[in-house]
Amino acid sequence: MSGTYLGMPDFPRAAAAATRDTRLRANLTHATHTIRDKRAKAVAELDDWAQLRAAGAAVKDRTLRHLDHYLEQLEAAVVAAGGQVHWAVDADEANRIVTRLVRETGEREVVKVKSMATQEIGLNEALAEAGIRAYETDLAELIVQLGDDLPSHLLVPAIHRNRSEIRDIFRREMGSWGRPAPEGLSDSPAELAEAARLHLREKFLSAKVGISGANFMVAETGTLVVVESEGNGRMCLTLPETLISVVGIEKVVPRWQDLEVFLQLLPRSSTAERMNPYTSTWTGTTDGDGPRTFHLVLLDNGRTDTLADTVGRQALRCIRCSACLNVCPVYERAGGHAYGSPYPGPIGAILTPQLRGIEGALEASLPYASSLCGACYEVCPVAIDIPEVLLHLRERVVEGGPVTRRGARTVLQPAKGHAAERAAMRAAAWAFDHPGVLRAGARLAARTRRLHPRRLPGPGRAWSATRELPAVPAESFRDWWQRTRGTSSERQGGAK
Amino acid sequence: MRVALFVTCINDLLHPRTGQAVVALLERLGVEVDFPDGQSCCGQPQFNTGYRHATEPLVRRFDHAFRDYEYVVTPSGSCAAMVRDNYPRIGAKAAAEGRGRELADAAALAVPKTYELTEFLVDVLKVTDVGAYYPHTVTYHPTCHGLRMLGLGDRPRRLLEQVKGLELRELPGAEECCGFGGTFAVKNAAVSAAMGADKVRNVLGTGAEAVCTVDNSCLLHIGGTLARQGSPVRPVHIAEILASTEGGVR
Repeated sequence: MSGTYLGMPDFPRAAAAATRDTRLRANLTHATHTIRDKRAKAVAELDDWAQLRAAGAAVKDRTLRHLDHYLEQLEAAVVAAGGQVHWAVDADEANRIVTRLVRETGEREVVKVKSMATQEIGLNEALAEAGIRAYETDLAELIVQLGDDLPSHLLVPAIHRNRSEIRDIFRREMGSWGRPAPEGLSDSPAELAEAARLHLREKFLSAKVGISGANFMVAETGTLVVVESEGNGRMCLTLPETLISVVGIEKVVPRWQDLEVFLQLLPRSSTAERMNPYTSTWTGTTDGDGPRTFHLVLLDNGRTDTLADTVGRQALRCIRCSACLNVCPVYERAGGHAYGSPYPGPIGAILTPQLRGIEGALEASLPYASSLCGACYEVCPVAIDIPEVLLHLRERVVEGGPVTRRGARTVLQPAKGHAAERAAMRAAAWAFDHPGVLRAGARLAARTRRLHPRRLPGPGRAWSATRELPAVPAESFRDWWQRTRGTSSERQGGAK
Repeated sequence: MRVALFVTCINDLLHPRTGQAVVALLERLGVEVDFPDGQSCCGQPQFNTGYRHATEPLVRRFDHAFRDYEYVVTPSGSCAAMVRDNYPRIGAKAAAEGRGRELADAAALAVPKTYELTEFLVDVLKVTDVGAYYPHTVTYHPTCHGLRMLGLGDRPRRLLEQVKGLELRELPGAEECCGFGGTFAVKNAAVSAAMGADKVRNVLGTGAEAVCTVDNSCLLHIGGTLARQGSPVRPVHIAEILASTEGGVR
């Protein structure tokens, strides 16, 4: 796996490859089951979880309805507190802004706290092109970076790696990025953590520029919030002279009081902790405390277009807890890389096609990356009805329809490659709407049942590769009823 | 009491024994069963693949077929969930597209009277002991739509626990999807097969003679996977267990 999402195969092909990787399957199954069991216990401790969940959804929805108002309030508060605000309409603009800001400091190295937004825009690659090296400091992100790999989970980006793989990566790569791994490093978690700590400490103490994301932005005070487990993020936020935070516009909440809800929902849903170990907040700049210069880059990159979709916009409530990944049977087997973006799992399946548009082969395949079992909706702490959005996006793939792109309404044509399926679906619907036709078809199938193949051609081959086909019975229920009960209930209507 | 049986297309064409079992069971419990001939498919395969407009005639057909009945009973959790969860959405979207209230009205009539079989037995008939006899070890897989969309809860288990001779075996990872998912089984065949293989491993681990659900569509997938492995474990719909008596084990 090389460190770019471009040119990813569509989901079914990438997922099929992952299902054959037995080590990946074992790593994922172990990790997701461990986290999901712990989460269930942590959530069960609160008797008002359902109300908290409803409150989280309501706060997010209200904020999104008035997003322009809260963003302007946020901007004014950040500026008043000594910060500078930059607006980025897409990934390219965000990367240009950050690159320029780093260049203006004269530095060639930056430290980063784990940030989904900068993964989304490919910031590290853009900085590298400008001759600036970005050091990831979240432990799992460090593993991913040293392994020239991609994150595969929102919260545990290196979930697809086990500790012996991590030891090998540390031994092999740490030296070329800074302090090498200690001699004779074993795969015990304590030794691995200590090796990472020593390696990262050098970076923290020398870095003049830090780059972060944020979990929340409080409009009333212009305060940004990062929650984390390791404390590495806090080092990035406090030690450098310049701090650049790149944050999606949907992360704003109106008031400090709203954090009461989210600081309960997020840690319990993500790490199964009652409270996350580190909650860092920063507001502009303060003399003698923390960075001297603070920049906030507000990232749109498809969010306003997503907001224009009345069904799909609920995906913007997401607080990136990853609970949906950890319960998803498809994610568990397909792994995170198959989703082709930093947002894997069920939330990625609805977020990526909305942020990027659904025209690409990968994006068009993502809404189908679900069996619609509903486990993701059940665990979502902000009640995103992911199956509902998946169905909404499937309709967009096969039937097209109105969408918003760059603020302009446009009508999308149905995706290519669905002609045969569309014809079959319409033919089936037509037959089901004409019971006489259906009955004739069933009788024909029954009469020819001894001739039916055991393996199917075409799309059906996928079914008969691992499963026996059902035998067609000699008589349909409908015919049995008519034969044994005699009277048909045509008078009940519906017959054409 | 008179009810309409919505047998569903998959049961009509592939599992007529399940429909026959529902008729036998309900009649044994003193319910008069009608089979409105105008009924067809609920439209789930089309709707779940993105062809919402193709499902609209089927919503109308459901309404026409079952309009005169107070209760519609179906031996399928996922088809009941299609009617109850998605018909209102189809109706609301048609209205929002400026095509009138016809489908929304049809959905409003269909939703309150449509019951999955175990719901109907426990909530309407208020029975859990249906006088069944089934001398086998059985493990129960709660299907996703029954579990999460309909909220069947422990109704199927309460019915199974009252069946004489039946020994219920706990299924590890019961609440995890079996991997069928309609067209998902074809569109993402490798993941579907991997999920099915894990489900079947858990089923085999119970040592039960039969695996039971409220949905033949999930059983098609689980049973097809079992059969390919040459396993003697039988897939059996809960209606066929509940219809069995000492006089006639199905």
